[in-house]
Amino acid sequence: MRTAKSVSWGALGVLTCLLGCSNQGGNNGGNGSSGGGSSKASSGSEILIGEYGSFTGTTAQFGKKTHEGIMLALDEVNAKGGLLGKKVKIIDADTASQADQAATVVKKLVNQDRVVAVLGEVASSRSMAAAPICEANKVPMVSPSSTNPRVTVGDDGRVREYVFRVCFIDPVQGPVMARFARENMKKGKAAILKDIKNDYSVGLSEVFKKDFERRGGKIVAEVSYSEGDTDFRAQLTAIKGASPDCIVIPGYYSEVGNIARQARDLGINVPLLGGDGWDDPKLMEIGRDAIDGAYFTTHFSAESKDERVQTFVKSYQAKFNEVPGGLAAMGYDAAKILFEAIARAKSTNGPAIAKALGETKDYKAVTGNITINKQHNAEKPIVVVQVKGKAFKYVATFTP
Amino acid sequence: MENFLQQLINGVALGSVYALVALGYTMVYGVLRLINFAHGDVYMLGAYYAYYASAKLSVEAHPSLGKVVLVFLISMLGCALTGMIIERLAYRPLRSAPKLTALITAIGVSMLLEFGGQAVFGPDPKPFPDLIPSKALYQSASGALRITNQQVLIIGVSLALMAILRHIVMKTRVGKAMRAISQDGPAASLMGVNTDRVIMFTFALGSALAAVAGILIALYQPTINPLMGVRSGLKAFVAAVLGGIGNIPGAVLGGLLMGLAETAVTTTKFSGFRDAIAFVLLILILLVRPSGLLGSVAREKV
Repeated sequence: MRTAKSVSWGALGVLTCLLGCSNQGGNNGGNGSSGGGSSKASSGSEILIGEYGSFTGTTAQFGKKTHEGIMLALDEVNAKGGLLGKKVKIIDADTASQADQAATVVKKLVNQDRVVAVLGEVASSRSMAAAPICEANKVPMVSPSSTNPRVTVGDDGRVREYVFRVCFIDPVQGPVMARFARENMKKGKAAILKDIKNDYSVGLSEVFKKDFERRGGKIVAEVSYSEGDTDFRAQLTAIKGASPDCIVIPGYYSEVGNIARQARDLGINVPLLGGDGWDDPKLMEIGRDAIDGAYFTTHFSAESKDERVQTFVKSYQAKFNEVPGGLAAMGYDAAKILFEAIARAKSTNGPAIAKALGETKDYKAVTGNITINKQHNAEKPIVVVQVKGKAFKYVATFTP
Repeated sequence: MENFLQQLINGVALGSVYALVALGYTMVYGVLRLINFAHGDVYMLGAYYAYYASAKLSVEAHPSLGKVVLVFLISMLGCALTGMIIERLAYRPLRSAPKLTALITAIGVSMLLEFGGQAVFGPDPKPFPDLIPSKALYQSASGALRITNQQVLIIGVSLALMAILRHIVMKTRVGKAMRAISQDGPAASLMGVNTDRVIMFTFALGSALAAVAGILIALYQPTINPLMGVRSGLKAFVAAVLGGIGNIPGAVLGGLLMGLAETAVTTTKFSGFRDAIAFVLLILILLVRPSGLLGSVAREKV
């Protein structure tokens, strides 16, 4: 969901090296099956599919939950005999929540493990780092929940032939946030606090701003932080001075929780509003009662009465003993759609799978009916939920 | 105006924490002429020791002042021991080696603590327990200015610790020994000062201050992670250099300046330069005063 520009705040070369090394040497312990070394062609008895995700680092929860969703889909497909008469195997790789690491591990998945397709990532920055690699190697990639438009579109402005996503994009999500703020919350003066190093956050706040103003609202303050910051009081004091009636924070859960605490501490009591980057229970663990009552747009609500959702919730609970969040559902859907495309293509050949993915129409997914459009994005409804105690309460569904 | 005052308090609170960490850098530099890069990570450990201590004592479920004080003491003791172990194992064997060797070792220790921390504590940010729940002590009529007990605590505790430190350095025997070593190590040793013991004491003292800084910041910005010491440590180091490394009041002044400058930049549209301001400030001041704000040629180094 974002692009982290390489941080260059350290003037001391030595310390820059320290940080640089932390990208490399860090954590390569994913969970579950990890990649075997030698080059295994998928022509054997198994179909190999790669998954890259943030199993560690600042957005570790995103990677873990998505992985659980994918594992559930994997179990289901293998229980039914796999695909094209072969078992499906997922090879996972950890990006450590870093874009350069994402590029490295995807190269390994594609060149060394010879996977037929790749699932991932959640954060747009990481998906954008990996997309050109998949494109160049003609390996289809399906991102479960990267919402920045540039994931599926190359630098030249053309749609990437081999890159797809099963979620909505920020130019669709932002207006829903704006509409909800104007029509449901009846707010007219919004303040924006965005992560300046994060393309997801910057992109989402731009579309929100445009649509909020189009609907007659005013942006009274727009300030920023950088990923990894823990002190937000200076920004929040500036926001407080502009006396907004709601604060929009298009960021990720761990920072948002911290921001909410510090905002309440400064005596700011207006409602908070965010996007799908909030979708993890860690939000409440960090934000506690400060985040209570806040709203955000996301992909899925486990409270939906829809039969498909309830079946998914039941089987997920049986396996992982907890209620699935939006990212688990997206991981599940991404895997299912990929499996279905391989089945329809009747081949593990990259171009054939990509063609089948592009033809996905009205697939009955857990997060809504999914049709992949010309830009390789999914057209589907958006859910608004509210943080209530330790749960996300369903509020409304918007069909863009 | 009230907004300005609020920002001032935000900046001073942040600066006090930088100052506490900066003191550790400056004291070690004073006695050893070594930049102890692992100091920022000792600050991180302080927060984690407190995290586990308060979980063990279940401070959140059954809060009491005694337990909170105990958490602070456990963490300070833990960090003091950590600091002494680092000195004993990593730096003492290199006492007569070239300065660069010790410096590289310091970086190695720092990385060991960072990645060891990721391995042991897990790399995800952890929510820090509410040891001292935040309450507004003063709120202006318009609500724009709000001073909380945590801010007062941070500033108060930092000032008190600095006063105690000053007393130790200026008025006690061991303080006198520290000053002697900082002026001339071999001569102090010839005069009967047990340099190894005094250096170890300096590490313990600096690390205990870092522990307090770590807990205070974790209370104030309630998430902790194993890499939290990287940025704060670097800024505190800059603060120490800014004030004149080796100079105790200089470290305090540098820390406060750093906190205020950072807060000031963040409120403008240059908020992306928040981390860069530390270095801009450093370069500007070193251009005018190469030995730092309070550093002088015949300075008193501790």
